[in-house]
Amino acid sequence: MLEIAVMLVAAMLCIALVLNMWRLIIGPHAVDRILALDTMYINSIALILLYGIYNQTPLYFEAALLIAMLGFVSSVAFGKYLLRGDIIE
Amino acid sequence: MSFTIELIISALLIFGGLFVLVGSIGLLRLQDFYVRLHAPTKATTLGLGAILIASMVFMYHMHGYVSINELLITLFLVITAPVTAHILAKAAMHHRVKLMERTRNKHLIESARIQLQPEQDNEKQEQNKEV
Amino acid sequence: MSQISRGISRVLPMPLHSVSLLIVWLMLNSTTSLGHILLGSLLGIFIPLLCAPLRVPTPKIKRPLKALTYVFVVLKDIVVANIEVAFLVVGPMHKIKPGLIAVPLDLSDTLPITVLASTVTMTPGTVSADVSADEKWLYVHVLNMPVDEQEVIDWIKQRYESRVKEIFGC
Repeated sequence: MLEIAVMLVAAMLCIALVLNMWRLIIGPHAVDRILALDTMYINSIALILLYGIYNQTPLYFEAALLIAMLGFVSSVAFGKYLLRGDIIE
Repeated sequence: MSFTIELIISALLIFGGLFVLVGSIGLLRLQDFYVRLHAPTKATTLGLGAILIASMVFMYHMHGYVSINELLITLFLVITAPVTAHILAKAAMHHRVKLMERTRNKHLIESARIQLQPEQDNEKQEQNKEV
Repeated sequence: MSQISRGISRVLPMPLHSVSLLIVWLMLNSTTSLGHILLGSLLGIFIPLLCAPLRVPTPKIKRPLKALTYVFVVLKDIVVANIEVAFLVVGPMHKIKPGLIAVPLDLSDTLPITVLASTVTMTPGTVSADVSADEKWLYVHVLNMPVDEQEVIDWIKQRYESRVKEIFGC
């Protein structure tokens, strides 16, 4: 049963990633695109964790943690750039 | 692995997957940026939290110890998600991203943009109503 | 006596930060072995020493127990209200009536205001957009505004702001 659930959730996450990609492409404003990118980061963390369950190994947590941190920093840096015009003042 | 544990893990996984999907659907379907901000920041964080708990339960049953790493990821996301949302809202206001037509109290966005108090606008609005 | 405490505060300028650094280090490695405890303690001593000049004065948490209950209240709200928002998002779009409100703040410092704004953002249905420069108004975007906007303001003030106020005692 667990394998079916993992496959189902993997399909859901892939659909979610495609929807985010769509918003990334059509987003009318740069802010929309950043938001879509941020959501993509979170969804890919979920996908990596799911892959960890599928392979029955805890190795992927480190990768998930790294993506979480880099995703946050890059989103904030993009937002800051839109706000001020440069990143480091 | 016993059936109950498997059931719990599967239920948590599907709950989380549904929320992540709903967040992404919201990101695509909703009509203006400020409304769109609601869906991904929250639904997605909750969904990811559920998937992380499922993964924790699974790893506990595979290896016999609780790996606290996942808890750290959840904590980190819960702390950082509002910060991202806030800075994106600020950037959107700075660039005067359009609000939906039927948004109420639209005038507040201008005073929020320059970080002023809303009072004068409120009074004006009330006067307008009375007139 | 005061000399000893001064000496301690010179070696450990931020004791709470030192302890949380140690805990996070142990969580990252998910172990409690002696070597990692030692290394974590060293990090917990030296990083605050390096960061002490950067510190901004912040009000202390006066009631840790209240803070714990606050966390649970917020967690419950996140789960319950997220389901409502999920139905709104999947349902018909014309039902959503967004709106902006300005919440008057009784809090006086940056840290309590940050905590309140983050809570408002994490609880579904509301996103805090900005704080006025004099820190007296919090602008909040509401996903689905009830007819009476005072309801939302009262909800935020009673459920969250009063608790934050108690926690920080200001």
